[in-house]
Amino acid sequence: MEKTASQPADDAFVLSAKAGDYAAFEQLVSRHERRLYALAWHLTHDHHDAQDVVQNSLMAVVEHLSEFRQESSFATWVTRITVNQALKLLRAKRQRQGPSLDASDDETADFPTPHYIADWRDDPQRALDRREVREVLDQGMELLSEGQRLVFVLRDVEGLSVAETAEAMGISPGNVKVRLLRARLALREHLTQRFGDEATRQHSPGNHDHDHSTIITLAANAASDEGSTPGGKP
Amino acid sequence: MKCQEILKVLNEYVDGQLDPGVCEELQKHLQGCDPCRIVVDNIRKTISLYKDDEVYELPADFKARLHDALKDKWRKRPEQKDSSE
Repeated sequence: MEKTASQPADDAFVLSAKAGDYAAFEQLVSRHERRLYALAWHLTHDHHDAQDVVQNSLMAVVEHLSEFRQESSFATWVTRITVNQALKLLRAKRQRQGPSLDASDDETADFPTPHYIADWRDDPQRALDRREVREVLDQGMELLSEGQRLVFVLRDVEGLSVAETAEAMGISPGNVKVRLLRARLALREHLTQRFGDEATRQHSPGNHDHDHSTIITLAANAASDEGSTPGGKP
Repeated sequence: MKCQEILKVLNEYVDGQLDPGVCEELQKHLQGCDPCRIVVDNIRKTISLYKDDEVYELPADFKARLHDALKDKWRKRPEQKDSSE
């Protein structure tokens, strides 16, 4: 997991909090709650579940802070707790509701085609207000299966390695890579449809030797290769 | 390297984990191929937009409830060593 630039300050707050200083603990919560809420929301895609996950995770932090040896950063530790809480909740939900619909996620060779190819207009966060950006991001996540969403969030948003993501989800590294590629392509497509600059749009296949329609077939082959080699490099 | 081969190594390239030789070949391709270059750039921007948590504010009522619950839990902790005393 990535270390954050705020780690030295976190370390000082952790020491104070461990010594009993509640104000220091509140500082830690304030510094991380938004990130943890975003993580829980992305993982569960349910407002109540996301709130439960964040609250249970931070309650666990209170309970176990004295045992936290600071061998990893506070950010890493609390992220791990939140991911575990979210996955536990999703597993319990799945048991109640039956197997998820994306069981065949790894077998189908149906990759999203890079269809709308264009440079993005401006920085979306400058051009749109937060609510609008969030709406686009949430819509993108809704296009993914649960398995793709979890892989994308753990791997790309939280920076877990392929091996760590595979272990957390109980799937093979090959499956992580396939789901990740699928998620990245689907989200790229959605966001580019919204943020793409029509003036720079590429109407593939281009006027040179670039037949993008064949990418799909080859990607499917690549995916099935990867899917069959679960011991792939992280 | 041809466009058709890009997706095979796209993940590793975006993650900076591609074998240096293949990476160089891919970069050469991207210099001459706008569609592929744009797809790679779009993916990088997509990831960085999702990584930015700025748009995810905690709902105000939840934030208040959360902080109350944590304070309560903190008070009820078993006796801790308190260096401030």
